[in-house]
Amino acid sequence: MSTVGAAFERAGAQGRAALVGYQPAGFPSVPVAIAALTAMVEAGVDIVEIGLPYSDPLIDGPVIQEAASRALAAGTRVSDVLDTVQAVAATGVPVLVMTYWNPVEHHGVAAFARDLANAGGSGLITPDLTPEEAGPWLEEAAARGLDPVFLVAPSSSAERIKLITSACGGFVYAASMMGTTGSRDVVGDEAAALVRRVREHTSLPVGVGLGVKNSSQASEVGGFADAVIVGTAFVRCLLEAPDPGAGIAAARDLAADLAAGVRDRAHSPAE
Amino acid sequence: MSALDELTTAYFSAKEDPAFQAELTALLRDYAGRPTLLTEVPRFAAEAGGCRVFLKREDLAHTGSHKINNVIGQALLARRMGKTRVVAETGAGQHGVATATACALLGLDCVVYMGEEDTRRQALNVARMRMLGAEVIPVATGSRTLKDAINEAFRDWVTTVGTTHYCIGSVMGPHPFPMMVRDFQRVIGLEAREQVRAAAGRLPDAVIACVGGGSNAIGAFHAFIPDEGVRLIGCEAGGEGLATGRHAATLAGGSAGVIHGMRTYLLQDDDGQTCPTHSVSAGLDYPGVGPEHAWLHDTGRASYRAVTDAEAMNAFSVLCRTEGIIPAIESAHALAGALQLGPELGADAVLLVNLSGRGDKDVDIAAQWFGHLG
Repeated sequence: MSTVGAAFERAGAQGRAALVGYQPAGFPSVPVAIAALTAMVEAGVDIVEIGLPYSDPLIDGPVIQEAASRALAAGTRVSDVLDTVQAVAATGVPVLVMTYWNPVEHHGVAAFARDLANAGGSGLITPDLTPEEAGPWLEEAAARGLDPVFLVAPSSSAERIKLITSACGGFVYAASMMGTTGSRDVVGDEAAALVRRVREHTSLPVGVGLGVKNSSQASEVGGFADAVIVGTAFVRCLLEAPDPGAGIAAARDLAADLAAGVRDRAHSPAE
Repeated sequence: MSALDELTTAYFSAKEDPAFQAELTALLRDYAGRPTLLTEVPRFAAEAGGCRVFLKREDLAHTGSHKINNVIGQALLARRMGKTRVVAETGAGQHGVATATACALLGLDCVVYMGEEDTRRQALNVARMRMLGAEVIPVATGSRTLKDAINEAFRDWVTTVGTTHYCIGSVMGPHPFPMMVRDFQRVIGLEAREQVRAAAGRLPDAVIACVGGGSNAIGAFHAFIPDEGVRLIGCEAGGEGLATGRHAATLAGGSAGVIHGMRTYLLQDDDGQTCPTHSVSAGLDYPGVGPEHAWLHDTGRASYRAVTDAEAMNAFSVLCRTEGIIPAIESAHALAGALQLGPELGADAVLLVNLSGRGDKDVDIAAQWFGHLG
């Protein structure tokens, strides 16, 4: 079982969904992002996603676009992303890199998998890679014990859900609504339906992302999903802070709030 | 993916449907002005070593460029799929204007994303789109040009796909777009092939077109691909010169990778980040290229050369003064290619140049450019 799988087991044993937290590497600087992620883990994040900042982030909304853009302008390189993986993996939680495909392809799929594994990374989340195009990556992932996480959406047909989930390792990332990343006031009601449809095809844990920003949403999503994935809300902590210290503190507080949310037994996780 | 599957299914069904094809052909004829002229330009050709040069006059199509061929097809398809809204990206604005035009014609809502930088340098087209009833949204992220408009159009479409069709303007993006846009544009080459044979008594020695995303070029080239003796020459945006890094010459200066849902060539840095590009022409200012061009390049069937801003503007001026035709600056890259190729191939050569658009939108830029030189 991978480290990701083990994290899901631990959360499940506690009768709750896992909390997955995201920051892009290098925003506002490499050290501050590392400090924020470390604080998030200390406050209750079970699994970490580290974003690889990319010039053309098609599925990202304005907050993550802005963070990625600033990280790139500050000179963030792929090597910085791997350094961030290494630093955060030292906390003991599983760390996955969330990345668009071209940077991985350009680095060389085998080289990237090797470097990710050497840095202590647990897998990749690849929003713009379809399983049909993932042959070389799936081979490397299997060889190195890395988890390949693909996305499903409310529009995914049963056939595609079957294809996608059979390629996944670690967990399945279910996008809660048709749209880009970003915090919303109401988590889409398509989310619960999608999770049900995914579970018809796989026994892998299912994480729901896109839109969660507070503990009551986390509690609600935790009631039907195996993980609550929070990205934009955490990035906003750093984006809107007057200084890095305040940003890290805000991220820590949000993590604690969300961790309480997934432990809130008012919405018990589905068996 | 399901949006792409839905589109692919609808497209193949429309392709086989005689009623759809008849309606498309009728609109291209009675509304867009097809077939477009083939014009021999002997005074321009005298500057190209004295060979024969024929221009395929996509500049005379309704809206002023070849973009209309694709948007009428896609708008009919959108209506067939029951979509009520269309989004589009645009660089120079010609595709945006054409999309707004087709949406006005068919009663569809239209939203066009345009890089903020481009809204400034092609302001005439922004005004036209709004007059035609479209909403124009300037995109201020990234490099604020075409690739960022594409990103924003995709982001919109991902959210609104239930009601909305994304009318991509070139032979790029995920399947089925490169195939579908090529199919709608190949009427250019089909017509031109017959027209050149009638006018010159034979096939041309070369077909020359500018290449940004690649739609006018693939439209001109496709009918000639089986004609082994016909060279296919793509002219990319060489900007300030390849060595400066300030260009958009993807095949000349790029490498293989993945962008905008396609595997093709792109201009990228060591980390696989997309490079910023530069061209005097907004419509060629794109760091990727259609995958079919990547294939034609790799198999050697077509060759691609970089034409600098200065070479393009010189050709622009030559056509204006020798033939009384103001070309789009994009198309001037192809004209520059003809001025280079004519002397290479000799006075007996027959060159077919795709004049992909007219230059009304470029009068300000040209005036500034020639003012600097004068």
